[in-house]
Amino acid sequence: MQPTNDAALQTSTAQPTHDLPVIAPGHTLASITDKITSIVLRRDTPLAWAAGLALASTGLFFLVISIAWLLAKGTGVWGINNEVGWGFAIINFVWWIGIGHAGTLISAILLLLNQQWRTSINRAAEAMTLFAVACAGMFPLLHVGRPWLAFWLFPIPNTMGVWPQFRSPLLWDVFAVSTYATVSALFWFTGLIPDLATLRDQAKNIWAKRIFGMLSLGWRGAAMHWERYEIAYLILAGLSTPLVVSVHTVVSFDFAVSIVPGWHATILPPYFVAGAIYSGFAMVLTLMIPLRSAFGFKDFITDRHLNNMAKVMLATGLIVAYGYVMEAFFAWYSAAPYELAMIHNRMFGAAWKSYWALILFNVAIPQLLWFRGVRLNPMWLFMISIVVNIGMWLERYVIVVTSLERDFMPSAWADYYPTKWDVMLYIGTIGFFFFAFFLFIRFLPSIAIFEMKSLVPRRDAGGAKGSAASSTKEGTHHS
Amino acid sequence: MSSSDVSPMSTTSPTAPVTQIPSARALWKSQDQHSGALQDWAERQHPSLLAPLSDEVARRDLFRLLGASVALAGFSACTRQPDEKILPYAKNPETLVPGNPLYYATAMPWATGAIGLLVESHMGRPTKIEGNAQHPSSLGSTDCFAQASVLGLYDPDRSTTLTRAGRISTWNDFLTDLTAQLSSQTGKQGAGLRILTGTVVSPTLAARLRAVLAAYPSAKWIQYEPIHRDQARAGALAAFGEDVLARPDFAAAKIVVALEGDFLGNGPASVAATRAFSKARRARKAKSTINRLHAAESSMSLTGAMADHFVAVRPSELTALAAALAKAVGATFEGDAGALSAKAQAWAIAAAADLVAHKGECVVVAGDAANSDVHALVHAMNAALGNVGKTVTYTEPVAPVSIDQTAALGELAGDMARGTIDALVMLGVNPVYDAPADLAFKTALTKVSWLAHLGLYQDETAEQCLWHINEAHYLEAWGDARGSDGSVALVQPLIAPLYSGKSAIEVVNALLGKGGVVGYESVREHWQTVFAAATFEHQWRSALHDGVVPGTAPETKSVSPRSITIASAKREEGMELVLRADDSAFDGRFANNSWLQELPRTLTRLVWDNAALMSLATATRLGVKNGDVVELALGKVTVRAPVWLVPGQADECVAVQLGYGRTRAGSVGNGVGFDAYPLRSSGGQWSATGLRTTKTGDTYQLVTAQMHHSMEGRDLIRVRESGHIEREGPEEKIPTVWKEYEYNGNAWAMVIDLGSCTGCNACTIACQAENNIPVVGKAQVANTREMHWIRIDRYFEGEDFDAARVRFQPVPCMHCENAPCEVVCPVGATTHGPEGLNEMVYNRCVGTRYCLNNCPYKVRRFNFLLYQDFVTESVKLQRNPDVSVRSRGVMEKCTYCIQRISQARIQAIREGGRPLVDGDIVTACQSVCPAEAITFGDKNDPKSAVAKLREEPHHYGILEDVNTRPRTTYLAKVENRGTEHEG
Repeated sequence: MQPTNDAALQTSTAQPTHDLPVIAPGHTLASITDKITSIVLRRDTPLAWAAGLALASTGLFFLVISIAWLLAKGTGVWGINNEVGWGFAIINFVWWIGIGHAGTLISAILLLLNQQWRTSINRAAEAMTLFAVACAGMFPLLHVGRPWLAFWLFPIPNTMGVWPQFRSPLLWDVFAVSTYATVSALFWFTGLIPDLATLRDQAKNIWAKRIFGMLSLGWRGAAMHWERYEIAYLILAGLSTPLVVSVHTVVSFDFAVSIVPGWHATILPPYFVAGAIYSGFAMVLTLMIPLRSAFGFKDFITDRHLNNMAKVMLATGLIVAYGYVMEAFFAWYSAAPYELAMIHNRMFGAAWKSYWALILFNVAIPQLLWFRGVRLNPMWLFMISIVVNIGMWLERYVIVVTSLERDFMPSAWADYYPTKWDVMLYIGTIGFFFFAFFLFIRFLPSIAIFEMKSLVPRRDAGGAKGSAASSTKEGTHHS
Repeated sequence: MSSSDVSPMSTTSPTAPVTQIPSARALWKSQDQHSGALQDWAERQHPSLLAPLSDEVARRDLFRLLGASVALAGFSACTRQPDEKILPYAKNPETLVPGNPLYYATAMPWATGAIGLLVESHMGRPTKIEGNAQHPSSLGSTDCFAQASVLGLYDPDRSTTLTRAGRISTWNDFLTDLTAQLSSQTGKQGAGLRILTGTVVSPTLAARLRAVLAAYPSAKWIQYEPIHRDQARAGALAAFGEDVLARPDFAAAKIVVALEGDFLGNGPASVAATRAFSKARRARKAKSTINRLHAAESSMSLTGAMADHFVAVRPSELTALAAALAKAVGATFEGDAGALSAKAQAWAIAAAADLVAHKGECVVVAGDAANSDVHALVHAMNAALGNVGKTVTYTEPVAPVSIDQTAALGELAGDMARGTIDALVMLGVNPVYDAPADLAFKTALTKVSWLAHLGLYQDETAEQCLWHINEAHYLEAWGDARGSDGSVALVQPLIAPLYSGKSAIEVVNALLGKGGVVGYESVREHWQTVFAAATFEHQWRSALHDGVVPGTAPETKSVSPRSITIASAKREEGMELVLRADDSAFDGRFANNSWLQELPRTLTRLVWDNAALMSLATATRLGVKNGDVVELALGKVTVRAPVWLVPGQADECVAVQLGYGRTRAGSVGNGVGFDAYPLRSSGGQWSATGLRTTKTGDTYQLVTAQMHHSMEGRDLIRVRESGHIEREGPEEKIPTVWKEYEYNGNAWAMVIDLGSCTGCNACTIACQAENNIPVVGKAQVANTREMHWIRIDRYFEGEDFDAARVRFQPVPCMHCENAPCEVVCPVGATTHGPEGLNEMVYNRCVGTRYCLNNCPYKVRRFNFLLYQDFVTESVKLQRNPDVSVRSRGVMEKCTYCIQRISQARIQAIREGGRPLVDGDIVTACQSVCPAEAITFGDKNDPKSAVAKLREEPHHYGILEDVNTRPRTTYLAKVENRGTEHEG
């Protein structure tokens, strides 16, 4: 079956969605290998890919320029001020970190929960995590007044015996994010090793052979290799699992631990984690829907995948909506004048536009996902995913900026207006993200080949290649 | 082998390791080395370092070290240290200890009387101005202008050379040319010679000028100051037949009525007045009743903002108001009082009732802007109320020579236009910019062939003159000056003239043919005629030391009132214009002072601009709002000005501030604001009728340091009524989860009395001078990035905007016990000190700004860009060497002047470890405050003033419900509105 949009809608009315295949029928082990490796190993570069990379490079260029200007002049090139000390940089940091969460959730938690459907999307989702964390990591570094001294946030033993201040949530952030980045990178690379070996074996070009050869770390597909691999992968999955919850919890502490009305709320950790997964899945959809069309991956990334991801979005979106309600409720219930003024300002004050836009984007529009037809329609899903991406950015804007704009002393109330350098740096990180993602889909297998093979029904698994791999995979997945 | 005498580098060769050079044994550097003690020490302390030294050096090690040394030698070439010559004092000046500042007494001359100062000098550089407690016009405090004047000294835009027709020339060339001019005047007794100065308060200079007039009897000396007291002079002449100065005793008066009289603002004379007024304004447990202030003004000033009972009246209505008041208190006068508006009538009735009820313990004052009839009526009222001799006394004016300045300047302009003037010497004035517009002074100047100008800047007037002499700043020149109370202070220089400038005395000496006589000699010469010859040296030295010449205060004059007749007082219809000196630029002379330009104007909180102030009612009628540009037309003159709405403005009036729109002020002041002088004619220097205001449709960005003007019902400024300062509800301490700090030694705290604070801004600028705080410019302030460590919050209270009451609140760092900033800093750059200070470690700060976000008071200031000027050499001289100069990317905030605390602590230790007591440490803001509203000290010491104030019933902290436990706390504002004025 080659599902088109129409076909998907027709079939779906007849069939329960959990019965939709996670891989289109008719695929053999060889066809999977050929299909996925051909994108990496083809000699000619598709024009569309080159055009996309060029566009992303423009963004990357913005990034370089805006960082250079920032370092030359200081954080004053941004719109932040003595009342609103954090602006775009922190909003974007939280936004990017949140996006990363879906990748980890898909690769780690869904692996442990034995969710087969994760297989075809985990590689790309992990890559997305990695690039999103790289984008996120840039902001805390660049936003400080003296970035060349940012390493002081690390507990580096020194002769003066000066340590970081361990009570500060920013320091917890450093640990949380650096751990997250390290584990994500290891997880992703470990998962790549068998596929890198496949590419090494398939590659005709001598340089490709050598590079993939080096990266595959001498992988021969031996049973011993597979055993070690499985253990390492499981350990990493185990390590990643708490990170899904902990990283954004710690990020939320940046706000929750402070005393700023609108930040100081105990609901923030769960609501941030849900928001992170929400935005992460939105971003996975934003990436996967065009990817599967462009590279003909509809056989591997099927409607089942889209449907499941949409359901995760709906669930996390509802948790986030609950968070919004609770924020307003506790502001009222606390009877604290500052909290009341904060929520009043968000809903009816100077910040009303961004607040209600956020409610529209994050709460109202995603309710369309209740409809099966919408969940199975890639076009609709793509648009909703974009809306949620914007909505989640607005959420961070509302939290970070509007709380600071109107806090305790009315004499110190001020407005925040981003400058072109704020916007350029943001666009720059988006450029960097897509630049990295374009390189990834061209030079690395964007779908885990050996894991896909495990999804091929057993009777077809008698092909020449990869039988050992596939049997090992089966063992892990179904035991 | 012994390692102490063998180093591996010097003693080995690749082939044959040699471990010892016998001859080296004989060479040793110290007894320790000789005896082997050094090696013992090294073995004990650094065994690891010693180990390789004691081993034999292998060939490979040698090469490794050789290679590394060559590589590292390259690094040493990276920074070449500049060649600098260090010249020690051949003979060290007595009392000068490097690192310890010295304080010298001097005075800042001012038209209404100089203010006595103590100037802090670091290794010969004046860095900070303090008030001179012994000088009666300072009493230890200063105003904003005196604080900012030290920046004026180091202004890189100052005129640095003497010029002739714009080209660099010399003093000798000037003297030659001057001699030629003067010799041509000798024949006609100087009929073509004129000298124009500001109001001269220097006895020496006045005597020299009189000597010039004696030598050239037909020459004339004209004094003109844009902010003059012509009206007060005319009023005194009308009331007493002679020019006298009324000296109200604000400390003694229980009722003060001010008619357009801003005695709390407007220059150095306000300092002593504020000090006295705040004494009667202070509510404490022991005596909780305070004085009452009634003020009637056309545009609210500091005094109006402080008033318990304020009315905004149009300038043309003020005479009628004064007359109504005079009538009600029983003063007699001839003339028609005219009708009053209901609002003004109600005010007059209440004020009169208070006055009559407090005969002999009240005072009525009028300001420079009130017309002569109002001044005369004020004199009559004080006489009728029996205040003379009790709350008001009279002395001769401050200026030795008192003239009608406007008339004199008009006469000069007329003479010039007629071409009868050959030579005009202008000393320290800028009439091309600030003379009344109708005199066409600039055009008249072109008829004079020989013009000489002495000035600090190559200003608008200098541009028109043949000769420009760069003036010595008062901190560079010798002189003397009468204070606002009349007593004389010697003006001694703190530094040799930076650009070889000349003082007015020296230029007048040149007019007397004594061009070589320096100011020092002239001043001494003058005082030799006053002091007894035998004790001269002693008196001179003690006057220099104390900063005031004893016994020079003028004696009280007994005055005989005359019957007065006022001109027909009629309320004008149509719009009126109000012209005022500016809080920052004054008459324009401080336009190039960036500290003042960035100081938020008292009432409007505007920076870097002036504006057309008007009431909401007027603005609504005109259809304009904040920032709309209006065209102000008076006769044929039009001026475009942006609108700003503030309470306390009389309806159908537009108030503008002088001193802006300069074209040759310097790089800071050029083009800042609009020039209001074209609207100022000699007949209407303070107000004018017949103003036409039209909306242009353009807008202009006015920048204010405070965007929001309502307290939003938050308990930030508490207000109590006189006599009722009891605590409202019990004091509760919210528990905290943190372990509480213990302070066994000192615990510093500050209490700010909101009842005394007039909102004058002196603390802000004193802090700026003391703590090397940079200016950031209008665009940065627009994005609320100003750097002031202590700001004055200003709120409006009340439903009716135009009648809103104004509240001021100085806000420095609160130095919280539970400081929210401390816990969130990831690098520990802001920490809790052992004495309770919240300390900033600039070196450690990486600039996350988390502390700023978490500070509920928003007192933290971040260096978003490189705000400090590290380039301009002259500005560097001003910096306080005891305070770090912060660079880009670092957070900063009020430190409670930690450098002063440390200095006092060191001093106390040197004095035998005595405990620190009140007065040892005076913060910059506390020291400058004319109202003595700021108290700083040790709250652990029950005898300290601050500990006692913390026990007052109206003592409170702001945002205490957040449980920050601030160390900076407040005394509630106490008003004396009385029951009859409520509503």
